[in-house]
Amino acid sequence: MTARTEPPAGSSGWTPRIVAFFCNWCTYTAADLAGVSRLKHEPNARVIRLMCSGRVDPQFVLEAFAHGADGVLIGGCHPGDCHYAEGNYKMLRRFRLLQRTLRQLGIEESRIRLEWISAAEGEKVKAVVNDMVHQLTVLGPLNLPGRFREWDGELEPSTPSAAQEESIHAS
Amino acid sequence: MIANPGNQPEVRIGFYVCHCGHNIAGVVDCPAVAAYVAGLPGVVLSRDYKYMCSDPGQELLQQDVREHRLNRVIVASCSPLLHEHTFRQATAAAGLNPFLCHMVNLREHAAWVHTDRHAATEKAKALARAAVRRVTWHRALEVKRAPIHPQVLIVGGGIAGIHAALVLAEAGKEVFLVEREPSIGGHMARFDKTFPTLDCAACILTPKMSAVGTHPRITLWTYSEVTKVEGYVGNFTVTVTRKPRYVHEDRCTGCQECVAHCVYKEAKFRDEFNEGLGKRKPIYIPFPQATPQVTLIDPLVCLNFKKGVLTNRCKQTCVEACGDRQAIDFQQQEEYLQIKVGTILVTTGFQTFDVRRMPQYGYGTFPNVYTALEVERLVNASGPTGGEVLLRDGRRPGAIGIVHCVGSRDKKTNRWCSRVCCMYSLKLAHLLKEHSGAEVYNFYIDLRTPGKGYEEFYDKLNTEGVHFIRGRVGEVTDWAVTPEEEGKLVIRVEDTLAGFVRRIPVDMVVLSTGLEPRHDAQAVRRMFNMSCGTEGFFLERHPKLAPVSTFTDGVFIAGCCQGPRDIPDTVAQAGAAAAEALALIDRGYVEQEPNTAHVLDDCSGCKSCLPLCPYAAITIDPVSRKAVINEALCKGCGTCVASCPSGSIGQHLFEDDELLNEIAGVLAE
Repeated sequence: MTARTEPPAGSSGWTPRIVAFFCNWCTYTAADLAGVSRLKHEPNARVIRLMCSGRVDPQFVLEAFAHGADGVLIGGCHPGDCHYAEGNYKMLRRFRLLQRTLRQLGIEESRIRLEWISAAEGEKVKAVVNDMVHQLTVLGPLNLPGRFREWDGELEPSTPSAAQEESIHAS
Repeated sequence: MIANPGNQPEVRIGFYVCHCGHNIAGVVDCPAVAAYVAGLPGVVLSRDYKYMCSDPGQELLQQDVREHRLNRVIVASCSPLLHEHTFRQATAAAGLNPFLCHMVNLREHAAWVHTDRHAATEKAKALARAAVRRVTWHRALEVKRAPIHPQVLIVGGGIAGIHAALVLAEAGKEVFLVEREPSIGGHMARFDKTFPTLDCAACILTPKMSAVGTHPRITLWTYSEVTKVEGYVGNFTVTVTRKPRYVHEDRCTGCQECVAHCVYKEAKFRDEFNEGLGKRKPIYIPFPQATPQVTLIDPLVCLNFKKGVLTNRCKQTCVEACGDRQAIDFQQQEEYLQIKVGTILVTTGFQTFDVRRMPQYGYGTFPNVYTALEVERLVNASGPTGGEVLLRDGRRPGAIGIVHCVGSRDKKTNRWCSRVCCMYSLKLAHLLKEHSGAEVYNFYIDLRTPGKGYEEFYDKLNTEGVHFIRGRVGEVTDWAVTPEEEGKLVIRVEDTLAGFVRRIPVDMVVLSTGLEPRHDAQAVRRMFNMSCGTEGFFLERHPKLAPVSTFTDGVFIAGCCQGPRDIPDTVAQAGAAAAEALALIDRGYVEQEPNTAHVLDDCSGCKSCLPLCPYAAITIDPVSRKAVINEALCKGCGTCVASCPSGSIGQHLFEDDELLNEIAGVLAE
């Protein structure tokens, strides 16, 4: 296997960071299948395993953005295939609400994505991740932690050191 | 860094990154990951090791836990779906609660899908960092045990279901075998001979069928379907719908007096068992060896019904013939039966490719184009022609063409190789030549004969004067261009070995149809909570190491419902599925992953979680007016947890603290 040791030359260094919430039964298994099938895709998505997409609390998504994610991907079983009968429908309802909330917060809707990916669809994991990385690259960084710092700076004229700020927001 | 949970002693994390030989280390810089994690808060020890799952790897982990007083363990290796159990057990063997161990998936989710070593290593560090933060919040949990019902349900009475039923029943287990058709036997019962030994299918299958029919521990329900499945491993509640056969199974002796005395003197309705090549009466036994030996009435053609509705307009000579036995009952209704079982074997088999999807082969247009299954009946001694190879117009064929790979290895229809067609085509070539003496041509793409005695069988065919032409058949036509082709079917094919297009005139064309998932495989999959591969065959838990297990514990698969395979492989798989079920039953209990939801003190009793639970596991305590979760019913999806407006529901193993820290961890720089 050929493997590079340095970051790709000529890039500005920034690539999107995606937090992916995958359900244990379908999408996480599909991501495993993508691995077993050696379907190479972009390394930007970091997967967090949950038992069901119904476990995705809207707060998780907002926290991810607040901690610097450029996009959030949620993967669940196809409608009708949920291991727990209907958790994916519950997620879908929340997802619609989240999209509206994010729009009102000034976060582009395409930064959050819900995909139904069955355990057999390793190809789809690859396609969705690649597509999302491409879209987010076009959109550019969201950089909410940086924006928080900016906004806080507007409130307090005597800006504390960046290191202190970081610790406030991370806690 | 988010503060450590206050109520716990000092967190001492041991981190292990596995090279998995070259699998992970080839792409991810494992020593660099280990060195990075060593500097994270709470980490006492960080190592990289060649094979963590090996005995020395697990021993190393246990030794470290004891020597370094570790109270958290992280193994960064392959998917938790593969080895979580292994490392939890190793953690438990070291005297630590197994749920204080966590896994990071570096192989499937990083090393195998990325080529950029730098990016993959950075991703590995992020995932490891998230795990360090998450595991800090892990708590010791107890595994719950639930008893297993020793009864087994087998769905589908083909050779796979029959074999598994006998294995389980012989081992002393009570088995319910449910079959959709009026008789068990499946596809195998319709085959004439079996390759490569050429022993007759009925001779080897019938004894097994009657053993199923008479076994005291097997409850056989034919002409029945599973319509509802509820519950979980060890404790399934299954509803079986029994269709009315209008004949009482316990009273019918199989004498067939009723068939002889039917008002229809001649059999004139399509005989499904013989693929429509033969005829049957409205009251019939599907085939001579049918199990159970009980007749049934087809209400769609019986004169006592009109369009399936009872009219009582027939003279009912069958009832008269049955006499005192009173087996015939036109009032019979659909019956619903409920059973409790602990494990389920799904052996629902396959269907053959519908050749009408390839009109260029002329099936349905030219009467002398047959499917392979029809020819199986045609060469069978109990078939519609008594084993004589006769065309639909009664002639004997002088030349026969067998077209391989119809509905297999074809991007326009089914992409997969159906595995059995080459061999059954060779078998049919032998049988057709033996029965009719005709010239037999095989048109093949590749001949695939892997299996014990299979290549030898092919060699034998070569000496029998059967012709082999390499090329995918373009079309079957009756358009004659030379006098010899008049009145014949012409097979047009590019002979890829000779390098030109040939026209072979024949009297009979046999289409070697491929195997595909049953038309209702998706509905069956949903009912048993299984997954399907892209082709539609049921998905096994692991293609190599758990080939008969599914993603639903307690549900096993065997035979062609999982993918095309021949009889020996099907029987072997059925035996394996039976053994898996036995192992589960004989242990007596199942261990349930302790990932259930639990209500915290802050619950305000708003009841918004109640309608969200698909298992009705949440109720309101009338005294405290707070929600209560029944742990036995909760399956741990976490939907209620995510929806609680006051954050008053937690989920073991997936607590908010654990997940929020994991999120912060993957994103921290």
